[in-house]
Amino acid sequence: MAKDRRKAKSKYTADRSIPGAFEGETVTRRRFMTGTVHASGAIAGAAIALPALGFAIGPVFEKKPVQWEAIGPVDDFGPDEYIPKVFTETYGIGDVGKTTAYVRQHNESIDGPQKDEYDAFVAISTKCMHLGCPVRYSSAAERFICPCHGGVYDFQGKRAGGPPVRPLDRFYTRIRNGQVEVGPRYSVNAELRRFSPRYPGEPIDGIGQYLYPSRPTARKLPNS
Amino acid sequence: MKLKLPAPPIPASLKSPPRRPDEERPSKVEGAKEAGISAVDWVDERTSLSGGVRWMLFRKVPRGTNWAYTLGSATMFAFLNQAMTGVFLAMYYDPSATNAYESARYITNEAFLGEFVRGMHKWGSTVMVVLVFLHMGRTFFWGAYKYPRELNWVVGAVLLVLTMLMSFTGYLLPFDQKSYWATIVGVNINGTGPLVGPYLNDFLLAGPDFGATTLSRFYAIHMLLVPGLIAALIGAHLYLVARLGTTAPPWLKAEKNPELRKESV
Repeated sequence: MAKDRRKAKSKYTADRSIPGAFEGETVTRRRFMTGTVHASGAIAGAAIALPALGFAIGPVFEKKPVQWEAIGPVDDFGPDEYIPKVFTETYGIGDVGKTTAYVRQHNESIDGPQKDEYDAFVAISTKCMHLGCPVRYSSAAERFICPCHGGVYDFQGKRAGGPPVRPLDRFYTRIRNGQVEVGPRYSVNAELRRFSPRYPGEPIDGIGQYLYPSRPTARKLPNS
Repeated sequence: MKLKLPAPPIPASLKSPPRRPDEERPSKVEGAKEAGISAVDWVDERTSLSGGVRWMLFRKVPRGTNWAYTLGSATMFAFLNQAMTGVFLAMYYDPSATNAYESARYITNEAFLGEFVRGMHKWGSTVMVVLVFLHMGRTFFWGAYKYPRELNWVVGAVLLVLTMLMSFTGYLLPFDQKSYWATIVGVNINGTGPLVGPYLNDFLLAGPDFGATTLSRFYAIHMLLVPGLIAALIGAHLYLVARLGTTAPPWLKAEKNPELRKESV
């Protein structure tokens, strides 16, 4: 590297014969002014940009409130046949916030032993796990079928064919005052283990559960 | 009278000679006829805009320039059509989940010329996307993206992405079954991006599901955020076109005779 042949400048402004320099001063007033103007510009810019940005991305950190919806008396639901029930999943947007769940009683011969209090009824979401179209249950075939791209699920909502990446989502259920209530949504992996809700198209078996992490907006119920 | 209008580069022999000192000055009637020019002159004296206008409009273009070179302007006019009709559609449209469909129905069935203006916006969007791709194909196959125009290609690619974003966000706004489910599917495709996909979806939907503010969010992105970016980038795109000039079609070979290579106007 070529040597700089210029005379090394002193870091003190007084030594560089700048008029009006103070003893021991190292920052010229011009440099100080430039820095001050840049800093106040940055502060003014941040004062506008940061609140606006926070406002826009705020909903990403807001948890959706847990709500339970009564869908009918306990006796309405048998263990071998699904009953479609329409209920409101998101409030404030009219019919758009409504969704359908296929509900039946927990069936020990199919589902195994009951896990906890949220497992007395099985409520299967109609959101297809390929890209979110609404599936329909065909009782003759005992299959859930998606009209968009041909996804097929078996009686338990496990993937039986087509492009879906995981079984159909479910809703928590509980019994209050003799009524079955459906609560928040949760996702399940191929073994029907509960996971916090994921978007369709996101596998949660193996590495998928880490590639598509749980989000602050929607978690599982605690201890479930 | 001092006139500083942009002078087109026409040969000197075709220009009318300036007034001689012994010639008569133009009459007042003639002066009145030139009132418009005087007004332009007044503005130009204070802004010097004419230089910029001349720089932008009276450029030399290479031999062989043909109709394919108008695809960029055509795309811009498609965008202007979208901006214009979009402003007027916004006067009737209500971006709330409960009223959006009804307001779109009102535009189509009841507002005077509503169906026509909505049709212009709807079909105009398709026209714009088609023109964008034709323009891009022209640039690609002509080799017009090469040095020194790489940056303009990059700006154009960003404009392509923004156009797609306009199409995606605009598709939801009629809020019928087709637009709702198409948006659900589109958002879920976005969510399959590893690690960031789920969070991007939460941002796009303003929550874990399609909710109360999703539609207004799409509306704000569709009519405020992206159009502003597109307009700014079109400005940059045009500046670079005027700065760097256009390319000759690839089938034109360089003139071998240096005498004929000289520029003349």
